[in-house]
Amino acid sequence: MFYREAGDFKKSYAEDNQTFPLKLDRYGYYLLMAVAFGVVPFFINDYWASAILIPFLVWSIAALGLNILGGYCGQISLGSGGFMAVGAYTTYKLMTSFPDLNMFVIVLLSGVVTAMVGLIFGLPSLRIKGFYLAVATLAAQFFLVWMFNKFGWFYNYSASGQITAPAREVFGFEVTGATATASAKYLFCLVLVVGLAWLARNLTRGRIGRSWMAIRDMDIAAEIIGVNPLKTKLLAFAISSFFIGVAGALFFSVYLGAIEVGEAFGIQKSFLLLFMVIIGGLGTIFGSFIGAAFLVLMPVLLKNIMVGQLNFPIDIAAHLEFVLVGLFIMITLVLEPRGIAQLWRFAKAKLRLWPFPH
Amino acid sequence: MKLTKLAAIAVAATMVAGPVLAQLVFPSLSYRTGPFGANGSEVADGFADYMTLLNERDGGIGGVMTVVNECETGYSTEKGVECYEATKGSGALIYQPLSTGMTYQLIPRVTADGIPMLTTGYGRTSVANGDVFKQVFNFPVNYWNGASIAVNYMLAENDGDLSGKTIALLYHNSAYGKEPIPTLEALAGIHGFDLTLLPIDSPGQEQKSQWLQIRREQPDYALLWGWGIMNQVAIQEAANIRFPMENFMGIWWSGSENDVIPAGMAADGYKALTFHAIGTDFPMFEDMQTYVVDAGLAAGSGDNVGTVLYNRGMYGALLAAEAVKVAQAMHGVAQIDAAMMRDGLENLVVSDETMAAVGLQGFGPNFSVSCENHGGPGLGAISQWDATAQKWSLITGFEPSDMDVIQPLIMADSAAYAAENNIESQCN
Repeated sequence: MFYREAGDFKKSYAEDNQTFPLKLDRYGYYLLMAVAFGVVPFFINDYWASAILIPFLVWSIAALGLNILGGYCGQISLGSGGFMAVGAYTTYKLMTSFPDLNMFVIVLLSGVVTAMVGLIFGLPSLRIKGFYLAVATLAAQFFLVWMFNKFGWFYNYSASGQITAPAREVFGFEVTGATATASAKYLFCLVLVVGLAWLARNLTRGRIGRSWMAIRDMDIAAEIIGVNPLKTKLLAFAISSFFIGVAGALFFSVYLGAIEVGEAFGIQKSFLLLFMVIIGGLGTIFGSFIGAAFLVLMPVLLKNIMVGQLNFPIDIAAHLEFVLVGLFIMITLVLEPRGIAQLWRFAKAKLRLWPFPH
Repeated sequence: MKLTKLAAIAVAATMVAGPVLAQLVFPSLSYRTGPFGANGSEVADGFADYMTLLNERDGGIGGVMTVVNECETGYSTEKGVECYEATKGSGALIYQPLSTGMTYQLIPRVTADGIPMLTTGYGRTSVANGDVFKQVFNFPVNYWNGASIAVNYMLAENDGDLSGKTIALLYHNSAYGKEPIPTLEALAGIHGFDLTLLPIDSPGQEQKSQWLQIRREQPDYALLWGWGIMNQVAIQEAANIRFPMENFMGIWWSGSENDVIPAGMAADGYKALTFHAIGTDFPMFEDMQTYVVDAGLAAGSGDNVGTVLYNRGMYGALLAAEAVKVAQAMHGVAQIDAAMMRDGLENLVVSDETMAAVGLQGFGPNFSVSCENHGGPGLGAISQWDATAQKWSLITGFEPSDMDVIQPLIMADSAAYAAENNIESQCN
């Protein structure tokens, strides 16, 4: 009735090609942006920033990155944790070597360095596919973590191998370190998320995205119609690593503030990210966000309900949390193997027909 | 839409855990789950039970009841951050996170929020320099003291000469395990022993290759810097290759009943450092039995009373409670806040009288804290496991460590931190 194309006339190709063709979607998006930029920063407190919104935003960037590689280009990667570590350690080295550099520059440069590392580890994808490629990227995961543990230069030879983010500024506002305000940290991440999501959305629906999808759907056919697999696959690896590197940089500098590579970027992070992308929906932008929300926010929510509201003993709550999150994952994947984004798409399709379905 | 609804529920959930008045709040970032849960629950039980005892027997501290606000971290630093942010607004007086990784995270945060943190026997060793680390304390002992005490013990066993001997350090490949390496390297240079470093990745179930190397190289001594499941596996592996147990020594986090019992008789003679007494031969434990255990108020399953790590958690609670008393006396108010708590910690004096007053004379060393020295004297003892009696016992008194080696290292590391973070001297 309300959610429909009828009456929403497009007068140019640009309007016809826009991301949200439906008026309601578009207004919903504008409203979300207005709330995220104009309302949340005034009400956010330390708990909301550090425990809920910042991890959600950071993991969303990482999920976008893995979705580009896995969802759009069809290359499975288990090296995401290692790539996040590259982003984090580059940020640390840049922060300590150039204290006056703007944090945006540092974070984006970390992404570029990660992209180059990703390019190197993407080379095997030209020869191997599927599970074999997953195993090859697993090598990246273990190698990178080992490297950051082994060589003292990466952690400035600190006694414990921990890296700690010093306070750094963007336009006079501290965004890292313990004295940074919750809203500054949140806005810093939000700007990057919105910018990168916009980039990802536009990359994936243009020529580059179509060549990725062609490779994903059938690489031999893609090659025959003129898609260069070398360029396409390596570009996917580089751009995906860029996103994951930015996420790793923020994970370290804004979210946690101090990390130790084995614990923060171990193999379990690679799996967590893969689960986010699969549960959210492979090959969708929205799925990256919803997948990150599902796996990052759900445990916090469950904990707050069980411990805060129902007064369960904390150890039982922690175990139940594992059970429930696992159960939700199974239910979601059984009901909709293509992820939560598919459910959303389905709901929208139904809404368009409402109230007169076939 | 979905997100906003989730958010609304989460807001409601955090509101409920809001501020409480007229209480002394001690957040306990514990871990009762995961590969470190067996050890984590004992410490958390000891901490909670001591606070319960103070409430039940003495009516709180200075007439104000204590509250232990427990939050499960599973030894994960991300959950630790969430727990810290969730509990810091509730009037938290002091944090004792029981995890070196989490300590590193929390040092800048507690400094910004003005809440003190006490990391007894773990964390960043150089916080002992109170001139740089205003909010953080690690009395009475730290890892570097531990490493030195272990080496001193080996020196005594070898008539003061370790030259040509080999010591293998098996460590948890994390900030925790890496902490003692600078001290051990310095000591190796002084005493002329060789140090073999054998990192074991967390959680530490897989250590076959490291033990193969030990078997091949036959080091004279092995030091274990492990935690949780890693300890049990290491002791079992040592038994498997018949490594002489009397030459195998753990740091205080690698010497609990959980760690040695699975290896059975083979673990007999294994040694571990400790910085407090072991067992229940103190008058305080009778009160604990009457007021807490028999009253059904014990934390967890209530069967951990008197284990090594239970005593350690209790000791942590005891130090915090004594600091509260000092702070109450200094400021003349019973309901202290975090800033007063910090003053209490900095002026804490633990003497025979203090320990006797709480029924724990001889339980830990005597020490005093000052603005410059947040680390205490660094005294530690060696304990040994008797597999027949199923019991740990102290085989030395509380011995000093080589502060001539450690103090310069502390000054250097804290100076590096101060330079990185633009911290000025706090004590003048």
